[in-house]
Order: sequence, then C-alpha cells, then structure tokens
Amino acid sequence: MVVPVTTVVGPVVALPGSDVDTDRIIPARFLKCTRFDGLGEHVFADDRAALGGDHPFDRPEHQGARILVTNRNFGCGSSREHAPQALRRWGIAAIVAESFAEIFHGNCLALGIPCLSATAATVTAIQETAQRHPGVDFTINVTDATLCGNGNDRWQLALQPAAQSMLISGRWDATGLLLNHDAELQATAQRLPYLHHFAPVGQGRGA
Amino acid sequence: MIDGSILSSGTLYDKVWDLHTVAELPGGQTQLFIGLHLIHEVTSPQAFAMLAEQGLPVRHPERTVATVDHIIPTTDQSRPLADPLAEEMLATLERNCGDHGIRLHGMNSSNQGIVHVMAPELGLSQPGTTIACGDSHTSTHGAFGAIAFGIGTSQVRDVLATQSLAMSKLKVRRVRVDGRLPQGVFAKDLALHVIRRLGVKGGVGYAYEFSGSCIAALSMEERMTLCNMAIEGGARCGYVNPDQVCFDDLRGRACAPKGKAWERAVTWWSSLASNADATYDDEVTFDAADLSPTVTWGITPGQGIAVDERIPAPEDLPEADRPLAGEAYAYMDLQAGAAIAGTPVDVCFIGSCTNGRLSDLRDAAQVAMGRRVAAGIKAFVVPGSRQVAQAAAAEGLDVVFQQAGFEWRQPGCSMCLAMNPDRLEGRQISASSSNRNFKGRQGSTSGRTLLMSPAMVAAAAVTGKVTDVRTLLGR
Repeated sequence: MVVPVTTVVGPVVALPGSDVDTDRIIPARFLKCTRFDGLGEHVFADDRAALGGDHPFDRPEHQGARILVTNRNFGCGSSREHAPQALRRWGIAAIVAESFAEIFHGNCLALGIPCLSATAATVTAIQETAQRHPGVDFTINVTDATLCGNGNDRWQLALQPAAQSMLISGRWDATGLLLNHDAELQATAQRLPYLHHFAPVGQGRGA
Repeated sequence: MIDGSILSSGTLYDKVWDLHTVAELPGGQTQLFIGLHLIHEVTSPQAFAMLAEQGLPVRHPERTVATVDHIIPTTDQSRPLADPLAEEMLATLERNCGDHGIRLHGMNSSNQGIVHVMAPELGLSQPGTTIACGDSHTSTHGAFGAIAFGIGTSQVRDVLATQSLAMSKLKVRRVRVDGRLPQGVFAKDLALHVIRRLGVKGGVGYAYEFSGSCIAALSMEERMTLCNMAIEGGARCGYVNPDQVCFDDLRGRACAPKGKAWERAVTWWSSLASNADATYDDEVTFDAADLSPTVTWGITPGQGIAVDERIPAPEDLPEADRPLAGEAYAYMDLQAGAAIAGTPVDVCFIGSCTNGRLSDLRDAAQVAMGRRVAAGIKAFVVPGSRQVAQAAAAEGLDVVFQQAGFEWRQPGCSMCLAMNPDRLEGRQISASSSNRNFKGRQGSTSGRTLLMSPAMVAAAAVTGKVTDVRTLLGR
C-alpha cells in the first residue's frame, strides 16, 4: 500500500499540557475490544467528562479539526495503538508537539499520522493563533516540515528524517518494505546462534 | 561467530543491533530481526485481523509465545468469564494461536502469568536476543541483556508477518549506580529515584544501560524491576549486561540451553556485554547510599519523593514542571509542603509486572508477618504468575498475607491498569507496587495512586497510611 502523506490541511485544535499519557488519550476500559472501530468517540473520555463539555475536543468550534497542537512528551506511557487509532477516528490527521514519547511516535507513523516537533515558543504561538482563528484551515507541509496558518503565518517545525521520507514516499506502512527482504531475513537468522541451539558454525544449522 | 569475532566493539546495544540488522530501509530506518515475540489478549486481536485482511501468514509462529494477563479476573477465573467482552478477547487469542500454531500459555497452563513474568520464568528471555511485545513494559526483559521494547499493534502485525520491525536506532545512556542499597530501600525505589532525577521524558531517544557496583549486586528480579520502569523514564528499553548472576538465574529453566549448548551459550552471551572502552552518548551516575524509600505524590512516575521529604512547592520546581505540579496537587488533593508520610490510603495493591515476583512477595510478607491490615483498608496480593503463586504458597507466604488480612488472588495484571474487575472506586487512594500513577489509571476516573515498593505497600496496609518501611523492619 503506497499512500503518500505530503500535506495535511484543516483546523487546529490546541490542547495545552505536557506528559499527556495514552491512558488519558484512551482509558483502558475502552481497550476491551477486538477491533479499533468506534474508539473515536471515546478519545480523552475521562478528561472530557471531567470538564463537562469544555474540553477542546468537545467545543463546537473545534469539531472538524485535523491538526492537534500540544506540548511536551505527548503519548507517554502505555504502548496501546488504540491511542492514535482513537485520535485518527476522531479526525486528527497530524500532531504538532514540543516532543513525543517514542512508542507513540512509532505507532502514529505506522498509521501515516505525521508527528512534527517544535520549540515551546512555536507551540505556544501556534496554539494562540489557532485559538484566535478557530475553524480556519492550517496547512502542514510534510516535505519542508512547516505549518502555515492564516495569512502570512508560517512556522518551521521538525520531522524525523526517516519518518519524513516514509510519509512522502507513501511507504509508512512498513509491512511491504519488510516483506521485500526475506532472503536477508533468513541470512540474519542463520547467524544468530540462539536460533540454532548455539551449534558451532557449520553444524546443525537447519532452519 | 560463536566466539563473537564478528561483533562490533561498543555497547551491548550496538552489538545486538548489528547482529539483528536485516537491511537498511529506503527511509533510513533499519529492518531489525526479532528473536522473540510475546503476545497477549489486548494488543494482538487487531494485528491478526490485519494479517487476515492482507492475506499474510505468520512467518515464524515458533518465535511467538502467548499468554493471557491483562483482562483476566483475579478471583473467579472459571470459563466463560463473567465479563462477555473479556471472554471474547480470551477466545479470540485462543483461536488466533490455534489457527497459526502459536504456543499459548493460557488459563489452563501452569505457566500462565503476566507476560513479563512468564517469559523470564520459562527461560525465554535470554541475553543477546531482540524481544518485542505489544506492551510498553517489555523493557523488563532487558534485565537479561536482551534488547527488549514495546510496540504498537501495527508493529505486532509486522512481527507476525515478517519476524522483523522497521526501527530507528537509539542512543545509549549509561546509568551508573554504585554503592549498596540501604536497608528498606529496593530496586523500585532506585527506579523511581532515577526517573525523578532524569525526568519522565529524559530517556526519549535513548536505551538505558544500567551498570555499576549496585547493579552488579542486584538479583535478576531486582534488575527486572529496574528495567521494567525504564519506559516510565521515557527510555524504550533498559538493559543490564549479562553476567554470572544472569547465567545462574537462567540455568535449568525450561527454554534455556542445556548441556554443551549451555557452555557455548555462556561464551556467546559473555561476548555481548558492553566493552570496557565502549563509548556512550551520555552518562549519569548515582550513589545508592543516597537513596531512601520513595513514593510518588503526583500523576506521573517522575513526581516522586523520599518518604521523609515534603511534597515540593511550585517554587521548588523548575518552571517548566510547575503546570503539571499544579494539576497534580488538584487531582491528588495533596498540599504543597505537606509530608507524604502519614497520607491515609484506602487500597493497597501488591503485584504487577514491576513488582509481582517471588522476592517482591517475600519483601512484603516480611512486613506483613505478625501484623494486621489496618481497619477499613482493602489490601490484596496478586502474584505475577502461576509459578510465582505456587512458589510463594510453598513458602507459606499466602498464609502470612491472609493471616494479616490481605486477600490472596489469582495471577494477572489486575489493578495495575484495571482492565479486569479490580479497580479503585471514586476518589479512593491506593498504595500500589505497580508502575503508573496516571490520572484514572487504576480504573476510577478520579482514583489516585501512590507508587512505592511492595514492602512500602505492606507498611501502608498495616498502618493505614504512607509509612517509612524502615521503621517496621529489623524487629
């Protein structure tokens, strides 16, 4: 499957806060499922309930938002892919943050969701601009890692080179790439002693 | 290659990475061979569904091992489970394992347990391997000198389909800990202390190599506790170089090499340890003698303090940490400047992949023995696996706990993440030997969690409040 992700266009929803963990993005009770369908309505379920409709994801002006802008260490904690799956099903197609947790970042890439990082000052500037212009389209350009807003607003962001390359080429779904190297895979397996009862070289090296 | 002659110089991480590199991918990532894939009922069903949609077989079913842990009840484990959704997840895993020829240590197996307890018990977790699992606490297996890390469900699919992953190489930070842990201070306290000092995102982009005289003296179970918590510090994997302590633990386990293969394995494993002249991207040093029993007061594992410290005031914290501290005071209903010792608790939970092993139960039982759970406190012990439960019972620990007023449960993840019926109610506050104190983590949207060692949880149980376990030891 080759689906290039070069731009994401849509309104921004600002979610100020750091160390937002994946339990908050999708509480564990919603993981009792064998499919990802239906997770979108439960994204940030507990935070939203606690704010009684005042959570950014509940405010009418942010319905239809596609770009999430948040702060440090977004997506820390549990490895649950249910978190980016829930965000995507709610409508989020790209995330800008000061920084991302490692596993969450990889899970987003596997879904073709660009994760772009920015300085604290840039994140604040984007969040403030978006608050002033709710519902207005912003554009993320994956090719040069920028976010363009209303009028002349343009912010330089950063994107991991490998992620950037995979998104632009449309090869962010790694399965196909990995399947291409079966011969090398078997050669690698051959040189790993623990797959062969630690047999000395040349002896008993069956599959 | 058994002698390690093709191995690169450098750290264990470098060597294992190089050995498992299949190919460089067009985008710049590396295709990494996965030696052991562990799966459970929560993060695998969608991966099998994706495989079916794409018409792909499981490439190496013999390299994947399954168990059930997250959603199972710890009281009545008879089938069908009372919760139909939980039953469906178990049945789905059983069907997927059956269809694809994958070993499953399920509800009828004497090896069933939390995935990060089960695999080391069976000797599946070995030095020099790469281990992946759809669970962030996969870092646990790094205690054996493996490169082990958590993955998402699409990556579970990738491992099932190709026995490999597209990965970017991490940097390596050497976390050197010298000295001896004082009495009443455990690996959990060390983990919480390291995370407090380096931050919950300090390890992002890094693997943590734990070394130094303190680490060398830790048991394998203690090393597992420490590596388990690496992810709470942002480090996707943590590891300890393989040594005699590791080999002594592995010897004789069901899946460990035997006979002549064992001798060759030890030679190979030894060759993988980081070289004395290895270079690190960063290095930090701690002195174990500085440590005290540690307790979290906030909503991230980095918000921890020594039990005899006071909850920090905003002005004591770096400016960047103050908003989160404000959120934590409000959520936890704890006051800046107040002592954490003496904080009343409602529920005491001993268990989890962090602290649900035999030595954890022994440490807690030592405190519980001859005492009683305080009035109004719900206290329960959930062994990490059936093997742990059996070994603990053989020593009479189940009786010690029950006589003290603790409930003795069946193995599972339980109230660490509360996907089963074990959960906090309303604003209850727990003393917990688990790994995360996130908002709502233990099953109540307003429930509160204080992380600490199993011995400290036992101390909280018998006194009804956060108590310095050192005052209860050495009778």
